[in-house]
Amino acid sequence: MPDSKINYLNEKKGIASWLFTLDHKRIGLLYMITVFTFFLVGGVFALLLRLELFKPGENLVPANIYNQWMTFHGAIMVFMVIIPGIPAFLGNFMLPLQIGAKDVAFPKINLLSWYCLVIGSLVALCSLFFNGVDTGWTFYTPYSIRTDNGTLWVVLGAFIIGFSSILTGLNFIVTIHKLRAKGMGFFKMPLFVWSLYSTAVIQVLATPVLAITLLLLSVERIMGVGIFDPNLGGDPVLFQHFFWFYSHPAVYIMILPAMGVISELITTFSRKTIFGYKAIAFSSIGIAVVSFFVWGHHMFVSGQSEWAGILFSILTMLVGVPTAIKVFNWVATMYQGSIKFDTPMLFANGFLFLFVIGGVTGIMLATLAFDVHVHDTYFVVAHFHYVMVGGTLMAIMGGFYYWLPKMFGKMYNESLGRITFALIFVGFNITFFPQFFLGLKGMPRRYHDYLPAYQFLNQLSTAGSWIIGLGFVLALFVILYAIFKGEKATANPWGATTLEWQTSSPPPHENFKQTPVVTGEVYEYH
Amino acid sequence: MLNILIPWASASILPPAATDLAKKLDQLSYFLIGISLLAACLVIAGFVYFSIRFRRKSEKDKTPHITHNYLLEFLWSFIPFLIFMFVFAWGWFLYTRIREMPNKNANALEVHVYGQKWNWDFVYKNGRKTTTLYVPKARVVKLIMTSRDVIHSFYVPAFRIKQDVLPGVYTALSFTASELGKFYVFCTEFCGSGHSGMQARIHVMDKDKWEAWLMADPYKGMTLSEIGKKVFQGRCTACHNTTTSTKIGPGLAGIFNSKRVLNNGKVISADENYIRESILNPSAKIVQGFTNQMTPFAGLLKEEELTGLIEYIKSLKQE
Repeated sequence: MPDSKINYLNEKKGIASWLFTLDHKRIGLLYMITVFTFFLVGGVFALLLRLELFKPGENLVPANIYNQWMTFHGAIMVFMVIIPGIPAFLGNFMLPLQIGAKDVAFPKINLLSWYCLVIGSLVALCSLFFNGVDTGWTFYTPYSIRTDNGTLWVVLGAFIIGFSSILTGLNFIVTIHKLRAKGMGFFKMPLFVWSLYSTAVIQVLATPVLAITLLLLSVERIMGVGIFDPNLGGDPVLFQHFFWFYSHPAVYIMILPAMGVISELITTFSRKTIFGYKAIAFSSIGIAVVSFFVWGHHMFVSGQSEWAGILFSILTMLVGVPTAIKVFNWVATMYQGSIKFDTPMLFANGFLFLFVIGGVTGIMLATLAFDVHVHDTYFVVAHFHYVMVGGTLMAIMGGFYYWLPKMFGKMYNESLGRITFALIFVGFNITFFPQFFLGLKGMPRRYHDYLPAYQFLNQLSTAGSWIIGLGFVLALFVILYAIFKGEKATANPWGATTLEWQTSSPPPHENFKQTPVVTGEVYEYH
Repeated sequence: MLNILIPWASASILPPAATDLAKKLDQLSYFLIGISLLAACLVIAGFVYFSIRFRRKSEKDKTPHITHNYLLEFLWSFIPFLIFMFVFAWGWFLYTRIREMPNKNANALEVHVYGQKWNWDFVYKNGRKTTTLYVPKARVVKLIMTSRDVIHSFYVPAFRIKQDVLPGVYTALSFTASELGKFYVFCTEFCGSGHSGMQARIHVMDKDKWEAWLMADPYKGMTLSEIGKKVFQGRCTACHNTTTSTKIGPGLAGIFNSKRVLNNGKVISADENYIRESILNPSAKIVQGFTNQMTPFAGLLKEEELTGLIEYIKSLKQE
């Protein structure tokens, strides 16, 4: 084989060359397979949940099984799909390429963190053999202490998966500090790298708190030490503080890298310098910092003190400011641009559309008196799906279509790609927009059964879920077809300016034939 | 029809408000919905317009090099900040109203609320126990709440109030109903298999009628089986059907005097004593195929109610 045809995909062969690889690109693809597999599983659970909710009463399964499905949908989507989705999959692949490095700083730790994700996920799924788990992904005490034994397996699984997150974060921080190409100052880094940096800081600082919390939960369950259970002298609300101290920053682990992807997509497909580079970069850091001080907005009606509620309300409002700044910067980037609507840009616009709705409803929920009414109703369910699915998932899909030519050296079918966007976007809105109204009308979340008055909106929502499902099945087909049968892609099909597009598609083993030296700005389109 | 079930054709997107405070809260809600819609539409219209206006005409398009605009950036940070602070302050103001507990002189009606898997108990000062909350109109009510097992949450959509109910500690809610009628109570903290069935009603009555109700014998003139039916509807429907079909626990039609196979293999007959024990101490004998999930009702039922319940179960025949 001529030297120019050797790339990271074909330089070694065999299953062992993948399972023991230290190449960040191959590890990225291992994450891709893992994340998409779990996405499929979590998605099937979602479709089943919506099917059960098509009519009031018991339709498919009794309540205890529904509650297990609900728990698996949430836990899988959060811990195994959305948290690792962008940083560990797209980030692993693109971070070294975008900063002109040969690999991440610690390739072996990088592989270890993938194994943590796989082993943790398998341990969590073991709970299926022990009466399942029905606590919801939040494991609130004392319910989680008294329910069936399957809970321990999921808790242990989440504990192990947490290490995957910590190790990836650590690796990225060191990589960004130490391995940037010559001439690439911090303010010449692509914004995706900035977003991965702020995400990594949260991963390293917040995830250990989850680990400790889950450990305490296990200690209480196994040894009967009173920590959270009032019967043993514990405090159940303490668990909620611990849990959200991690899980609220975790929300930003999910959305910050998505914002980074969107910055790349909008500037590339507008062929225009990003508006307010520093504002976007600093707002990532700003969101990361403030995210540690807003956990109590999950607990406005939990029995925490009223002053705590007031403080958390105003702090949550403050997160809205850097978030709004980012949105306005993206829109301003499109002004006087040369905008082309290839599939990635459609997803980026879909992100903007859905994220704006998710954002304004977030401000509504941060408003204390309004939250009291809609807290733990479908309004909240709709809100976080608009942010997590409408935001993060749109960014994963957009980013994947965008970087697919680089990863595999193949192009996807553009018209089919656009149809997948249309199906997912339309289906998503039909599924989740009615849920805002269900919540305003007072329908609580995590309900297996509901009053007949809520039926129409639930049916709309269920019908929408089928359209999303169809969209993702088509997307799977488009992607697989592209990888195996797609036309060859050039090194830089989009005319983008970041470093990953300067090497061949797919890149060689150590990314660049010659180590790049950065001289200009990052988004130079003029 | 209960008040929450207004027809979907109605223009209102919130359930009817049944307290004066709820009406004030709705002003905030409609303001939030309105300004959110406006903000979202402006941003969406902005980028949709740009998408059309600045679409790529040729591969040779040149774009200007615009990196920042301090005035614009200041405005789009500061204006949202002002709006956020405004809604925060409004939300804070009304929240303190929601959380305001009646003072000593307010002649508040205090009712104790117990949450348990999966129903609500209400206990009045005179010892009266109910599974529907009866309150007089226009009198301030204070609910002193606790849970007998896991965390529940007491949510009254028509009053726009909600508070988690915790084991081992009291939490409180206060309201003054301004409309007569029946209103739903939902549980909004996940509490297991019967979570979605954990409902109660708040019955708001005129003062005179309420006082007469408080003093009356709740079961006057009723047969034992009728008493049992009333108790059943308040406490048992989250888990048991009156047909043969299983819900969370077994369906109860035809269960009396039937043969039950226990999880230790023993076969027993479901006589009065078995049913009595299964209500008071459900973990004593578990039927095959079921798990130990039921709340023990020892101490929660009067003798008359227990006997009534057994009589009612005996009356449920297989169709």
